[in-house]
Amino acid sequence: MANKVIVEININGDPVELLCEPRQSLLEVLRDVLELTGSKEGCLTGDCGACTVVIDGRPVCSCLMLGVEAAGKNVATVEGLASGMSLHVLQQKFLEHASLQCGICTPGVLMSAKALLDRNPNPTEAEIRYALAGNLCRCTGYDKIVRAVTDAAAALAGRTHPAHGTVPSETASGMAGEMLAKGEAK
Amino acid sequence: MKQFAVVAPADLASATRMLAEPNRSALAGGVDLLDMLKQELAAPAELVNLKALGGLDRIESVPGGVLRIGPLVTLNQLAAAPAVRERHPALADSAAQAATPQVRNLATVGGNLAQRPRCWYFRNPDIVCLKKGGTKCYAVAGLNRYHAILGGGPSFIVHPSNLAPALIACDASLALNGPDGERKIAVGDFFTSPKVDPRRENVLKPGEIIAAIEVPAPPTGARSAYLEAREKQSFDWPLAAAVAILALNRAGEVVHARIVMGAVAPIPWRAPSAEKILLGAKLDRALADRAAEAALAGAAPLAHNAYKIPIARAMVRRAILRAGGVADEPA
Ligand SMILES: Cc1cc2nc3c(=O)[nH]c(=O)nc-3n(C[C@H](O)[C@H](O)[C@H](O)COP(=O)(O)OP(=O)(O)OC[C@H]3O[C@@H](n4cnc5c(N)ncnc54)[C@H](O)[C@@H]3O)c2cc1C
Ligand code: SF4
Ligand code: FES
Ligand code: FES
Repeated sequence: MANKVIVEININGDPVELLCEPRQSLLEVLRDVLELTGSKEGCLTGDCGACTVVIDGRPVCSCLMLGVEAAGKNVATVEGLASGMSLHVLQQKFLEHASLQCGICTPGVLMSAKALLDRNPNPTEAEIRYALAGNLCRCTGYDKIVRAVTDAAAALAGRTHPAHGTVPSETASGMAGEMLAKGEAK
Repeated sequence: MKQFAVVAPADLASATRMLAEPNRSALAGGVDLLDMLKQELAAPAELVNLKALGGLDRIESVPGGVLRIGPLVTLNQLAAAPAVRERHPALADSAAQAATPQVRNLATVGGNLAQRPRCWYFRNPDIVCLKKGGTKCYAVAGLNRYHAILGGGPSFIVHPSNLAPALIACDASLALNGPDGERKIAVGDFFTSPKVDPRRENVLKPGEIIAAIEVPAPPTGARSAYLEAREKQSFDWPLAAAVAILALNRAGEVVHARIVMGAVAPIPWRAPSAEKILLGAKLDRALADRAAEAALAGAAPLAHNAYKIPIARAMVRRAILRAGGVADEPA
């Protein structure tokens, strides 16, 4: 029964063929088999959201599904957010608003926020908080996260956020930027 | 976690045959099952993946106003479906308020009804309580803040499903498919009191699958409300939940009433005494107070959970007022 199985998954736009045990969670497959360590392991019980990835447009806890169940699906992880060293606008706004401290929650929060904005480009604060209810953050107190998501939505829509002038478009620089670009928020 | 295989049944009949073999578990969203596997509270040799079966993830309107909900419909799908939101807002809200967005995208309606309880003694792999074949319920003399205040004994779990009380209030029924064919039962008859058997929470027989959830059209003019109280606003298991479905006539008298509570008892807890007080009477705040009082009249708290009684009472009262369209404020 310990036999491994071959699974094909589309990860961040690339078809990937991998070998895993049926009992490995998608999170274990991502981190241990594919060495995509952007998705974080927090609780393993569905409570913290640090492991959030987006499957076919929907955020899910990768700790609560088996890797074999992702067969044939499109899985988006934080590693796919930036293009090269050019940050996704959400990542950029997280830096500008200081929306992360220790950073363990950040990859999951970004993926929940990405799924929200793809579905609802102009969310209200209540909608943002409802969409991020499954992402625990012990550091920031959430307000800075909500501000960054609000601002990112405005930037994506070409609007100017009242408090922030025009939207900066420079690429990331500095340690935090590089780590975010790699999905390696510590 | 022990090793297991994941198998894909070709159709419902072969799924039920596979599941009738010893040491098999049905896999739906996997939210609860993976937790049980990680804790080694379950160690099946094979998971029969229901998601391999086509067509079970749809909500269909069938003639007569019945909604036929596939067991693999996710909680987010249920919460967002226009037909559910329009006809059965309490059911939609019970799903929308369960767990987190990421969990609701995985968790299915069938799995939500068949999930195991969250009692912390049950979830601890080192403890063998009554529910796991032991001799004693550790909640009785232990930490019982979140346990049952109604219908408890010999196990004092609260049934964890948000959806079940709403489905019962909607007079919904289940189509169960097993090796011996299909049977249909009311959702209210699906759950097993620990007084009958503390080791199980429902009547599913080996090999049986919830194949559909059928929700009839609401009575004319009926309005519904689902409310829950929690410790944490972002997401949490409810401390108490209440569903009210009411229809009033032109005179403001109640002509149809369903009151069902969640998170208060080992099974979803219907309150016929409250329904009786409501029926035929003119709905106002005083009547809602009396009905809510009656709903909790039989409560028998353990050492640490008497605080749940006024919370449950408030949920029932507010759900009644909301469903009845009466403002909830002092006269
Ligand atoms: C962080 C967190 C918070 C939560 N909060 C809530 C909450 O507030 N309210 C609430 O109601 N729930 C809550 N849940 C529980 C969650 O909703 C359930 O675990 C989920 O609905 C189970 O569905 P599933 O499809 O994942 O089931 P699975 O895990 O796949 O299955 C659960 C059980 O049901 C059986 N089963 C599944 N489908 C069928 C079927 N069609 N027929 C027969 N048997 C079947 C399986 O064999 C297994 O034994 C929470 C869960 C988490 C992780
Ligand atoms: S309440 Fe039920 S599950 Fe919890 S310790 Fe008692 S018997 Fe076990
Ligand atoms: S690690 Fe998956 S939710 Fe916490
Ligand atoms: S930044 Fe530390 S948990 Fe969110």
